[in-house]
Amino acid sequence: MPTLNDILIMLPEFYLVAAACLLLLLDAFMKPEQRPVLHWLSIAVLLVAIYLLVMGQPPQAVTAFGGMFVRDVTAEILKVFALLTTVLVFVYARPYLIDRKLLSGEFYTLMIFAVIGIMLLVSAGNLLTVYLGLELLSLSSYALVALNRDAKLPSEAAIKYFVLGALASGMLLYGMSMVYGASGMGGTPSLDLAQLHNVMSYTTAPKLLLFGLIFMIVGIGFKLGAAPFHMWIPDVYQGAPTPVTTFIASGSKLAAFGMAFRLLDSGMGDLSHHWQLMLAVLAVLSLAIGNLVAIVQTNLKRMLAYSTISHMGYLLLGLAAAGPEGYAAAMFYAICYALMGVAAFGVMLALTRAGFECEEISDLKGLNQKSPWMAFLMLLAMFSLAGVPPLFGFWAKVLVLEAAIHANMLWLAIVGIVFAIIGLYYYLHVIKVMYFDKPAEGSELQAKPDASLRVVLSLNALSLLALGLYWGPLLGWCRSAFGL
Amino acid sequence: MFNHLLSLLIWLPVAGAIPALLAGSTRPNLARWLSLLVAVLTFAVSLFLLVQYRPDAGGMQLTESYLWIASWGVHYSLAADGISVALILMTTFVGILVIAGAWEVIQDKPHQYMAAMLMLEGLLIGVFCATDALLFYALFEAILIPMFILIGIWGGPRRVYATLKFFIYTFFGSVFMLIALLYLYQKAHTFDLATLAALPLTLQEQTWVFFAFLIAFAIKVPMVPVHTWLPDAHVEAPTGGSVVLAAVMLKVGTYGMLRFILPIVPDAGAHYAWLIIVLSLIAIVYIGYVALVQEDMKKLVAYSSVAHMGFVTLGIFIAFLLVRESGNTDMALLGMQGAMVQMISHGFVSGAMFTCIGVMYDRMHTRQIKDYGGVINVMPWFGFFYVLFAMANCGLPGTSGFVGEFMVILASFAANPWIALFAAFTLIIGAAYTLWLVKRVLWGDITNPHVAEMKEINGRETFVLVSFAAAVLALGIWPQPLVHLMDSSVSQLVQQLAIHKI
Repeated sequence: MPTLNDILIMLPEFYLVAAACLLLLLDAFMKPEQRPVLHWLSIAVLLVAIYLLVMGQPPQAVTAFGGMFVRDVTAEILKVFALLTTVLVFVYARPYLIDRKLLSGEFYTLMIFAVIGIMLLVSAGNLLTVYLGLELLSLSSYALVALNRDAKLPSEAAIKYFVLGALASGMLLYGMSMVYGASGMGGTPSLDLAQLHNVMSYTTAPKLLLFGLIFMIVGIGFKLGAAPFHMWIPDVYQGAPTPVTTFIASGSKLAAFGMAFRLLDSGMGDLSHHWQLMLAVLAVLSLAIGNLVAIVQTNLKRMLAYSTISHMGYLLLGLAAAGPEGYAAAMFYAICYALMGVAAFGVMLALTRAGFECEEISDLKGLNQKSPWMAFLMLLAMFSLAGVPPLFGFWAKVLVLEAAIHANMLWLAIVGIVFAIIGLYYYLHVIKVMYFDKPAEGSELQAKPDASLRVVLSLNALSLLALGLYWGPLLGWCRSAFGL
Repeated sequence: MFNHLLSLLIWLPVAGAIPALLAGSTRPNLARWLSLLVAVLTFAVSLFLLVQYRPDAGGMQLTESYLWIASWGVHYSLAADGISVALILMTTFVGILVIAGAWEVIQDKPHQYMAAMLMLEGLLIGVFCATDALLFYALFEAILIPMFILIGIWGGPRRVYATLKFFIYTFFGSVFMLIALLYLYQKAHTFDLATLAALPLTLQEQTWVFFAFLIAFAIKVPMVPVHTWLPDAHVEAPTGGSVVLAAVMLKVGTYGMLRFILPIVPDAGAHYAWLIIVLSLIAIVYIGYVALVQEDMKKLVAYSSVAHMGFVTLGIFIAFLLVRESGNTDMALLGMQGAMVQMISHGFVSGAMFTCIGVMYDRMHTRQIKDYGGVINVMPWFGFFYVLFAMANCGLPGTSGFVGEFMVILASFAANPWIALFAAFTLIIGAAYTLWLVKRVLWGDITNPHVAEMKEINGRETFVLVSFAAAVLALGIWPQPLVHLMDSSVSQLVQQLAIHKI
């Protein structure tokens, strides 16, 4: 029987579920011309959730529902940033959705349900909660990708995403069942991550456990979009409506980090010497494939998709270091990537109009002449993604490289840095197109007059500079989550 | 203000770039005047360095240190010694001249040009006074951004190729330095340069770190064989970009050697000094010959820059040889001082040469030597300055070019007469390519009708050239103040060379 205390611990999640259901109802009873109100309501809902999270933060880690749900600093940080990036996505999405007549309750409620999925996932204390959160996030995401259901490309992307996602979920579930089985051989079977932590010490079927671990890593790799489980990323990024892509590139990555941390460290921490090498291989493959294939892309969304793959490679450098330092670095990286990704897609959304999708790199030609401020914001995002100081992305890279060197994986750090040089090219190419090329004939590249979008986007991109100049507190916060 | 003099010097131009940028394309003149004001103010503030810095005391002065990133122990720490002060003064001086030099030349988005220049100036000053390795690295890399934009937007026809090559080439070098710094951080748990200098390292470790540092700084200097980005970048850059690139940015490479290679990995440095000396001699002799056959004026001066920077690296590493092998500290000091004087002198001379080429380019829109001839007939005053800088470029006594080269050659002679022989080749080759350039451009009859239409330099250009000329002559005739400014810092560096860290 859940006690009041359990409910209080999960208050932000319960509140969001209630709010999402209420929004759905409101949407059903609203006149079409009142729909835009939903936008502001949803943003308010998320902001209140952030408030509840921060204000209700327990002094130390607590669990609810018999260890199913963990509320600690790690979860807190990831949730706050997931909610924050979702607010950004809402703000950036509004003009896009209005232009395409997609502004409807479904978008907002599905997004909020996806966020609830993220919140469950990063707070998971049990294999079941991991799966529950993951599925809630994934199913909402599949539907969101197909939001524009009459168009071909989004439908194709949604089907691909769904089929591959289902496969990956199956793998994960299969792995979980093996781990559960292994925990039952020589002890009481358990799904609880805290109990699974030392299963290696007593299980009579260590091979089974290892197999289970491998299958779970496949699931994690898929969710992160790390090579060789990256196939869905480019198609989904390109096919999905840009606001949804933005969400998948930001909040979803925070969730993937949270899931990897819960499963690997909380659950399988004893096997770290096994999974460290697996993650290192995933990291190298992601860095190589992501950076090399991104060079030849002409579509900006696809390029950013491959860039995501390479960034997940860097995140994996931190995870592979398998220590508090490494986790702190990887979480810092995930937050950093979420902010950079949202900013880059935000500029694309700001430049998109009815009848004009700004998604080819060549669409940005001469942006500096048409709209210098947007060009500058994109420049910040690109230099940050490329990892050039003094921008935020540079420090995130330094942290994961340091973590890798700290964990005696100097070779991995060198691989990482070599691919950073290769990756530099395609980010510089975008800047080249914006700054050094003349605008195309009859180009009507114009930033949206939407005030909220402009202000929030500016703050978002400038935060990359501000955090690049002073990142100490954020790092301190991330480190405190892992007891440093 | 005096407690935060260095911070002020960094942030004044960086912050000053913002109002200049906001002045916008609608009021270009406001942006120009604002930028000039900021540049002049920065120069004025930098003059206080001369008041505040006490050359006789030596060591790092004007120290500022604040905890920046607590969990990593990274400090925002700045300090300056004589070398830093000299380089900062040169930077702020050149800063005014490039802003003035671009006045009406840059018609396309002048506010962005000026803002990028000011940013660049602030970041360069930061590089010259950072005493935390991570802060140094961040600034060292950040200077690429404004330079990338400067070459890319206002450069010549192949600007995109040149600027991408410049960025990726230099970025390539510096990332290995980052790995080396992180490695050192694992051992020392700090990025403080003074602590790293005292960190004991085995020869094997030193060797790896040495090469990681070397590749970063050698590309920036640039040394043979990683100099190939420089001619492209110089040829395509706008005049102001070339001036800053040659006058200040190249010095970042040699300055980095002084701050990183010398104190942190002295044994590896001594072990591989021969390599640097050989590469420097190749730069001096071979690149001199390469400069001789250039048909593009900017390329010629670019190659001559590589050759002249070869003197700086030669002077620094000949000191290793002298201290470690023969214990000849006096001569080592001379070589090192020569290298420092050469750094400053090359800053003024190459800056002036590029400005001259820019003046001609603005009138003719060509840099090919064959398009000119007889310019002296229509631009006598310009010709006067051009010849003066050409003389300085080939190291004529009485100009600044002579002092540094002479000191380095003397020191090399003490180490090994053969090294001195090759180094002295520059006197012939340098004279050959520079004088031949002057002959083909200035003297003779006017063959190209466009040359006849060239107008004499205006007041603004005269101001820029006179300023450069004053600096070149002052350093040439009376180098003592500069030598005195850097003397105690240089002798400290030389003393450090003798310390074994193994």
